[in-house]
Amino acid sequence: MRSDFRMGLITIIAAFILAMVPLPDWAENLRPDWVALVLIYWAMALPSRIGVTSAWLAGLMLDVTHGAILGQHAIGLVIIIYVVHLQHQRLRVASLLQQALFILILLLFKQLLVLWVDGIVGRSTDAWLYFIPGLVGAMLWPWVYIILRDLRRQFIYRAM
Amino acid sequence: MKPLFLRGPSVTLRMILLVVASIVLMTVDHRWNHLQVVRNTLSHLLYPLQYTIDLPVRFYYWADEIFTTHDNLIEENRALKARQLENRVQLQKLDIVERENERLRLLLSATPKTREKVLISEIIGVDVDPFRQLFIINKGTSDGIYVGQPVIDAHGVIGQILYANALTSTVMLLTDASHAIPVQVDRTGLRSVAFGTGHNDQLDLKHIPQNTDIVVGDMLITSGLGGRFPNNYPVAIVTAVEKVAGETFAHVRAAPLALLDQTREVLVVWNDEQTQDEAQAEESESTEAVDDAQ
Repeated sequence: MRSDFRMGLITIIAAFILAMVPLPDWAENLRPDWVALVLIYWAMALPSRIGVTSAWLAGLMLDVTHGAILGQHAIGLVIIIYVVHLQHQRLRVASLLQQALFILILLLFKQLLVLWVDGIVGRSTDAWLYFIPGLVGAMLWPWVYIILRDLRRQFIYRAM
Repeated sequence: MKPLFLRGPSVTLRMILLVVASIVLMTVDHRWNHLQVVRNTLSHLLYPLQYTIDLPVRFYYWADEIFTTHDNLIEENRALKARQLENRVQLQKLDIVERENERLRLLLSATPKTREKVLISEIIGVDVDPFRQLFIINKGTSDGIYVGQPVIDAHGVIGQILYANALTSTVMLLTDASHAIPVQVDRTGLRSVAFGTGHNDQLDLKHIPQNTDIVVGDMLITSGLGGRFPNNYPVAIVTAVEKVAGETFAHVRAAPLALLDQTREVLVVWNDEQTQDEAQAEESESTEAVDDAQ
């Protein structure tokens, strides 16, 4: 296992922990999609290592943690990670604000897919609340980006 | 040297394959519930994470037990003994009534009532989907838990098992938007179905005609119809009855009796009659029935 891949795996596990840590009721609807944010970063920074297949596997795990239908989150993650993969060279040189806006669109699209599947299965609830995690995620993107980038750099320097 | 352009077409191909795979998985999972093996395997990977997240909560309870004073324990012990005495007095009466009931049932040659077996399990303190009413408990198929099994607490029905993995299971609260439970009004015997709303303090009773005798404060108990929940467990209290002139049905809302957001320990119930095989055979039918009702 290459060291950068292991690094990616550890941060994704951390994202899963953040996704499951109990929060007070008012904050529960604000929780950003940590797994998606971390996967987007790695798809951008290490597209040759972490791509659509990792996204799909992580998505299946996310379905199990959410008690959702298997594939519901996986399909959304695969599509947004594919888009990031196609655009990763442009995204890398974009400013943090531009990245955040792009990621906002991706996160909202993923939530829309999840909402569609919920609708098809017949369990739709307050639809507008569904989009709040996307907004929070985009707002937190600069921090996620900087933290993961520093982690990666430090790790690579140490490895050399 | 890293290639400048990553294998373009193969990524697209992989994406399309994975999207198709997801759609197939969703269809199979929703229609036939055949993916328990996959879910079980993945949940094994998740269990260490869930356990770790729950550790602080466990530690809190543990420390709470360790650091209670002698006086507190004695006081609690006394209170519990007093309560046990009260309960035993009431149980004596209940025993007599139950025997009488059995005799009368025999006279009527009705089927004797069954007793239920219960198992205490703890809630694992991890968040599931904020838009659904689910939680995870620390007992699974290795303890004999099966999908569709009723879950209760000291005050009333909590919900049922949605997924049973080897070590943990997911419980769906009766207030989940995709849950429905057959109920009966304790006072009048009127039967209905209570649908979850997605809010943890509200159930909706549908298809109740305008002229029905139902008032605020009526207790709803399980009717036992459908064979999933045993009968005569308290479910909810009617909180609002709106009768709008010109509409066919009344709007009836109820609040669940179980303390859905305060309990840490819940009871999983086995219906004596119902063997596990029967339960599994029924399972697919009744989930479909719930889906249709939606």
